[in-house]
Amino acid sequence: MSTPNSPTLDKHSSALDAAEASASHLITVTLRIRRFNPEVSDHAEWVDYQLPIDPKERVLDALHKIKWEIDGTLTFRRSCAHGVCGSDAVRINGRNRLACKTLIKDINPEKPITVEPIKGLTVLKDLVVDMDPFFQAYRDVMPFLITKGNEPTRERLQSAEDRERFDDTTKCILCAACTSSCPVFWNDGQYFGPAAIVNAHRFIFDSRDEGGEQRLEILNDKDGVWRCRTTFNCTDACPRGIEVTKAIQEVKRALITRRF
Amino acid sequence: MQIHKYDTVIVGAGGAGMRAAIEATKRSRTAVLTKLYPTRSHTGAAQGGMAAALANVEEDNWEWHTFDTIKGGDYLVDQDAAEILAREAIDAVLDLEKMGLPFNRTPEGRIDQRRFGGHTRNHGEAAVRRACYAADRTGHMILQTLYQNCVKEGVEFFNEFYVLDQLLTEVDGVQRSAGVVAYELATGEIHVFQAKAVIYASGGTGKFFKVTSNAHTLTGDGQAAVYRRGLPLEDMEFFQFHPTGIWRMGILLTEGARGEGGILRNKDGERFMEKYAPVMKDLASRDVVSRAIYTEIREGRGCGPEGDHVYLDLTHLPPEQLDAKLPDITEFARTYLGIEPYTDPIPIQPTAHYAMGGIPTNVQGEVLRDNTTVVPGLYAAGEVACVSVHGANRLGTNSLLDINVFGRRSGIAAAEYAHANDFVPLPEDPAAQVEAQVERLRTATGNERVAEIRRELQECMDANVMVFRTEQTIKTAVEKIGELRQRYLSVSIQDKGKRFNTDLLEAVELGNLLDLAEVMAVSALARKESRGGHYREDFPTRDDVNFMRHTMAYREVDDATGAESIRLDYKPVVTTRYQPMERKY
Repeated sequence: MSTPNSPTLDKHSSALDAAEASASHLITVTLRIRRFNPEVSDHAEWVDYQLPIDPKERVLDALHKIKWEIDGTLTFRRSCAHGVCGSDAVRINGRNRLACKTLIKDINPEKPITVEPIKGLTVLKDLVVDMDPFFQAYRDVMPFLITKGNEPTRERLQSAEDRERFDDTTKCILCAACTSSCPVFWNDGQYFGPAAIVNAHRFIFDSRDEGGEQRLEILNDKDGVWRCRTTFNCTDACPRGIEVTKAIQEVKRALITRRF
Repeated sequence: MQIHKYDTVIVGAGGAGMRAAIEATKRSRTAVLTKLYPTRSHTGAAQGGMAAALANVEEDNWEWHTFDTIKGGDYLVDQDAAEILAREAIDAVLDLEKMGLPFNRTPEGRIDQRRFGGHTRNHGEAAVRRACYAADRTGHMILQTLYQNCVKEGVEFFNEFYVLDQLLTEVDGVQRSAGVVAYELATGEIHVFQAKAVIYASGGTGKFFKVTSNAHTLTGDGQAAVYRRGLPLEDMEFFQFHPTGIWRMGILLTEGARGEGGILRNKDGERFMEKYAPVMKDLASRDVVSRAIYTEIREGRGCGPEGDHVYLDLTHLPPEQLDAKLPDITEFARTYLGIEPYTDPIPIQPTAHYAMGGIPTNVQGEVLRDNTTVVPGLYAAGEVACVSVHGANRLGTNSLLDINVFGRRSGIAAAEYAHANDFVPLPEDPAAQVEAQVERLRTATGNERVAEIRRELQECMDANVMVFRTEQTIKTAVEKIGELRQRYLSVSIQDKGKRFNTDLLEAVELGNLLDLAEVMAVSALARKESRGGHYREDFPTRDDVNFMRHTMAYREVDDATGAESIRLDYKPVVTTRYQPMERKY
């Protein structure tokens, strides 16, 4: 095989040069964190932490620095640290984001960076919220392939176009950034919320699935898709870039037309 | 303390745990205990694919896959197990498709397949398209699909329950599994789960390295729990360094990027893999590619101001192909490096990725207490286990396969065991050890910090037992780990509370990492040869006469003094039809 267009050092972009520069440039930032520990106090409070950090590092790195070097009681969830496990959705400067996908330099480190738990779910300690209602709503939309008749011996066939139809909603990592950014959900925890609808969409529009009618009936409920007010907060919040509001609209349309 | 009773208890809810749970729940009363919510598990970070000789896009068969797996593992693979892995791969993929997994499709609507490192047609002739995939999110899709099917089957999960101890009871002179002890993160409460069968599926140990693709939570909890109870760990010196981690961060960039045509280049723009693997080039096995990268770096052909990395070049691939086949890893480059992979090469370096070794099992997932005897009622599957299907070096896409094949097998075997056998009595005061451990950590007042010891451990491991090892570097590591283990006894934590005490959790995890790092280093010191992922510069060739055998490491405690030591033993490799040959790609 030939060796096409070799990159050479003189063709470096400034972005690549910046990426390869040594990480020696530290700045001082203030993280203003919403702390709450019911073992200590009934009230939540804002606590400021100042720390040196490379602006190319993640907000999660800053939280770790605080926990590991300043205050071991700071409590938050995290695992993969690169945006695929969905553990560390928090509200950073008033916006829902994953702490591991948000770089310090991208959020104006000149001012204090506020970090607080996502809204609409009960805070259990610091940045840790009760995820059970969120996962219950997910389970309620029957998030699994439903088929009738005998299984084929080989795989079910699906055209690339049919596979593409629901690609966007397969990306969901169940981080709850969308659901906990939704004003309807804040006011009424009974609402299924965007994430559950996204996961219903993933199956309703899967050509192999035969459970669409059942799922649509579930979402036709008073706490279903009709509660959505199309504020697009969910789409803005999604760390996976899913067009959440569009998916909800498609489910609404399917309910009216019964075509999906 | 609460006591629960289940037929089958599964520890861990990644791919292996949930695949086991789907089978075990249908057949027995099953509980899954998981440190994380199931969808947070690190199976979800796997990217490139799952191997199976479906032959959907070109000629292939499972016998070739078996051979590639054995050769990839540098002949330390147990060949009967590799045969099962490759043969059952086909149904494992088809099962996932039937469960709903959204694989990429061929123009005919079949599951699409792509090339991957070390997977070849006809015993090494050329790369073969064997990896079934869903863009570069195959692990995510597997994790989601398995969780969806757990919801469908009504699998009972205990989320954020951290298993700290394995219970064994001697009945009629035989040590049997009696259950596990878990710490509930939300409340600090300790729970005993009495179970007829226990399956460990708790993942790897990568966090003892600094530059790693592994999640913060991969701390060898299952391995440590059984090891401390006197059961052996197999082949712990074999750790895989994935060639393409994001420079300094270690975030995985799939081998599928090279399967799609990506090329590794040094600072001169040279496609250096042509020198090291003339046939497979960039798709040689991972151990070979990682050594080649470090050789380039050591010989002064590394990139960047410090010459400490090389490039993964995707710039010659059409942007549409990157968008369709590699959307996530290109986004990682944009997010974390601020570069555009359409036009810029990506700075990469090898990253600690996968433990080939672990809890020894047979092909039913039954845990071994020595070279041949099983521990009745105890099972393990996935990265925590060592069957051994990966030998000295795992092929890419064989881990997503392993968790499905051996997750399923262990789930069935454990549930059937639970049907045929009764509960064994719990040991007296079953939670005593865990209660003492937790209480000691919660109330300790020493002046050592968890984060500092962990940082020193990770730096020591990166410096001394990574891609290149020598007697001297390994001895340095053994000594340093010994010192850190001593200092760990003086560790104290700041959070003294019961509720979501992740400070305490990290202290426990560090204890596991220290024990397992020591096992790894001691095992590596004794293996005076180079094989797969274990490369000794002082013994640069494979020595089949003395070392074609598995390491079995046991923790020994001197009854009189309480002093701990590691005893090494060896276990023969199962060879069926492939005699060891020189390994070239």
